[in-house]
Amino acid sequence: MVKFSDEALRKIEELKKRYQTKTAMTLPVLWLAQEQFGWISDETMKYVAGLLDVPVSHVYGVLSFYTMFNSKPVGKFHLQVCTNVSCMLRGSGQLLDRICKKLNIAVGETTPDKRFTVTEVECLGSCGTAPMLQANDKFYENLTVEKIDHLLENLK
Amino acid sequence: MTVLTDKLLLPDIPGLNRLDVYEQHGGYQALRKALTMKPEDVTQEVKKSNLRGRGGACFPTGLKWSFMPKQSTMPKYLCANGDESEPGTFKDRQIFEFNPHLFIEGSLIAAYAMGVGTIYVYIRGEYAAWITMLQSAIDAAYTKGYIGKSVMGSSFSTEMYIHRGAGAYICGEESALMSSIEGMRGYPRVKPPFPAQYGLWGCPTTINNIETLANVPIIIQRGAEWYSQIGAAKHPGPLLFGVSGHVNKPGVYELPTGVLLTDLIYKHAGGVPGNKKIKAVIPGGSSTMWLRGDEIEGLRMDAESLKPVGTSIGTGGVIVMDEDTDLMSVITRIAHFYHHESCGQCTPCREGCGWLEKILKRFSEAKAAASDIDLLLDVANNIEGNTICALGDAAAWPVQSFVRKFRDELERRIQQPGGEKPYVPPPHLVTADS
Repeated sequence: MVKFSDEALRKIEELKKRYQTKTAMTLPVLWLAQEQFGWISDETMKYVAGLLDVPVSHVYGVLSFYTMFNSKPVGKFHLQVCTNVSCMLRGSGQLLDRICKKLNIAVGETTPDKRFTVTEVECLGSCGTAPMLQANDKFYENLTVEKIDHLLENLK
Repeated sequence: MTVLTDKLLLPDIPGLNRLDVYEQHGGYQALRKALTMKPEDVTQEVKKSNLRGRGGACFPTGLKWSFMPKQSTMPKYLCANGDESEPGTFKDRQIFEFNPHLFIEGSLIAAYAMGVGTIYVYIRGEYAAWITMLQSAIDAAYTKGYIGKSVMGSSFSTEMYIHRGAGAYICGEESALMSSIEGMRGYPRVKPPFPAQYGLWGCPTTINNIETLANVPIIIQRGAEWYSQIGAAKHPGPLLFGVSGHVNKPGVYELPTGVLLTDLIYKHAGGVPGNKKIKAVIPGGSSTMWLRGDEIEGLRMDAESLKPVGTSIGTGGVIVMDEDTDLMSVITRIAHFYHHESCGQCTPCREGCGWLEKILKRFSEAKAAASDIDLLLDVANNIEGNTICALGDAAAWPVQSFVRKFRDELERRIQQPGGEKPYVPPPHLVTADS
């Protein structure tokens, strides 16, 4: 059964003081859910809706709008490669190709050992340190093919 | 024009992100000064400084503040916009990392001027590391009594909370940002009513960019008169220019407005790798109109100077493309971005952005018909001005300018029946060291 940790429940109590409505807690509570469970399942969605006294459809609406919320499981390391203009101009296409080739998966897929998921994302505000990728919450910038090889070996 | 020798927003002071270091360098003195002034005098000072918003629209900040009702039975809010999702823009994260207290102090002064009891700092979800940095700065400021109940012993109280986004470009649009704080999908709202009348939960609200707020302590401390002498007269102040793409030293450069675009690229960002020629420049983030490489000479980077060449300063995010760049793939990528980020409320944007991408792809793949150039313009023109928010315009402008300035790029990719084969660029022409 889905249940928040005591720490998460304490944070939710804190959040209540911040906003005029419980609905406003949808994004922060979904963040807490994703931190704890890694992704947002249907069951989690219902649980969050219950906590916030909002319809499940509202939670689903929010979940499906924001790209950072995972509505299906992702690998231990979620590699999000920026391919927008500034990164593109500095070779993000080759990086993405390299990652997919090395891991033997296509964009949007997860490796069979559930270690990596690769997705293509929009500008992450690292244009001055392009090309880059985000692995879970961490930015890896000024990347080269060599650095990618090294990174893939070291993310464990 | 005053020559600015010291950096004001991001000075080279080690450890400035720490409260004690910030205080040693005069930190929170502007807030102390503001608290001795009448709130309306603070707004007046910002008005006099001619500070204009740094988020892209260049709206006069003091004027925006003056729209807030003086008396209100409802709570009033300030939203600091750190969504920073416009491709080519990476300046606010520098403030969070290197000078967070300047921004916090500016927000507090703004809150005092408008009688705001709660400040929400909206930061894009991907900036997890920078959210942590700002949160520790906020915590430190709370501990020292700069935020919270009776700020610095005065009768003014205000709270400050970070609201983390979750991956949606549209949430940088002010009304979508408010929807997102309210816990909804990031849908922009029809204006009027404007946020100062009907904002967060229907209460009076003002939304300012992070960099805009970071300018406020400087204005209060040094005076509007002094500040208004920096840079371009009608758009004064220091500005954080982000230079990316084909330059030797990409990065954020703090310079007075009105700096020469060529100085920015060659003097500060180290010029183009391999001394190649510049084919195109996007001057202020992906939504601004493109410039040809041969028209950047003598061009100054401020709101007024860019008007005659049909573009704008936007967020100050300059993207440089060298002579070997396949521009077609770049404009197609931009169209893909807006198609992906359209919230889907307005038909012209939801459908139109998809069509722009689809037609541009035909050119990229050299499968376009001669009539596709007109079709492209027709679709772009029917998006522009016909949507709730400016995302539609942001999608249309780069395409319109591309057709106007790089028509030759489109024409050489048109299918000629029985004629010559159209030009197809080699794959991955666009690289760092090509």
